[in-house]
Amino acid sequence: MSQVATMHPGTEPAESPLTPESWGKLGMWIFLVGDAMGFGTLLAAYGAMRFGSADWPNPYQRLGINLTAFMTFLLICSSVTMVKGLEGVKNGQRRIAQIYLLLTIIGGAGFLGLQAFEWTKLINEGLKIFGNPWGASLFGTTFFIITGFHGLHVTGGVIYLSVMLALVSKPTTALGTGWTYNVVEISGLYWHFVDLVWIMVFTFIYLL
Amino acid sequence: MAEGHASPNYWLIWLYLFILTVTEIAVIFTPVAKLLIVIALVSLALVKATLVAAYFMHLRFEARTLALIALTPLFLGALLIFILIPDHSAVAHKTADSVKVAPAAGHR
Repeated sequence: MSQVATMHPGTEPAESPLTPESWGKLGMWIFLVGDAMGFGTLLAAYGAMRFGSADWPNPYQRLGINLTAFMTFLLICSSVTMVKGLEGVKNGQRRIAQIYLLLTIIGGAGFLGLQAFEWTKLINEGLKIFGNPWGASLFGTTFFIITGFHGLHVTGGVIYLSVMLALVSKPTTALGTGWTYNVVEISGLYWHFVDLVWIMVFTFIYLL
Repeated sequence: MAEGHASPNYWLIWLYLFILTVTEIAVIFTPVAKLLIVIALVSLALVKATLVAAYFMHLRFEARTLALIALTPLFLGALLIFILIPDHSAVAHKTADSVKVAPAAGHR
């Protein structure tokens, strides 16, 4: 055991068995699994409420999927720019990494802006967290809770990625495949997860 | 992982995700049974989620056990659906906001 410790100097006593690069990565994965259970529970509850309701509105007729389809597109694009930014970090190209991380942040912020626009439009049409002009009031409740919970995750992601951009931009931060790569990759895991959850939310809340 | 594998073609994955999203939108306007639409949409969403997890989140290049851990929420979700099914069959009729049944009036 002590041999392992001397082979891998640093604060961590031994290798993480599943993610040899760092314990942080395993930690992020476990957090995401728990978070996915939260979203899974929300979506399962949504299904149960909808199935038990006789006057559930047809979502894609009421919510307007053109805008949300574009928001989906935006998040998918921001996932690609994220992996491209990570590649930039790996190859030691600071400028490339900065540009792609910035594009990812813009994608996330754009998503949030469009969501705010969508919410405002729906609220003006009468959709409330406790009421819905087109039928079951739970339609409003589940819509705002689930898209709101996801929107909070996007907000967190935009802040998280801004910190990563600041880190990568610092001239003293060493790029390459070392610590920086690992930290940015972990932030990428979170960002892709937010994209993945949106794929599910888009399907279940807007399309079905 | 950092240098353990060649980078996948991320733009190709992006293209797949884009095509699948367009397909999803086309599916909801297809004039077939609702059940078929539901099955198609859920399958398409699962394929998209798998693409994101496998390539963007590099799960394909990680330890197999990590992928199994990542799958556990899916089992929980499936389990929850089965837990909630008895609730549906216990409710004799679907309720609508406009025709709320007075509690315990004519029942039993």
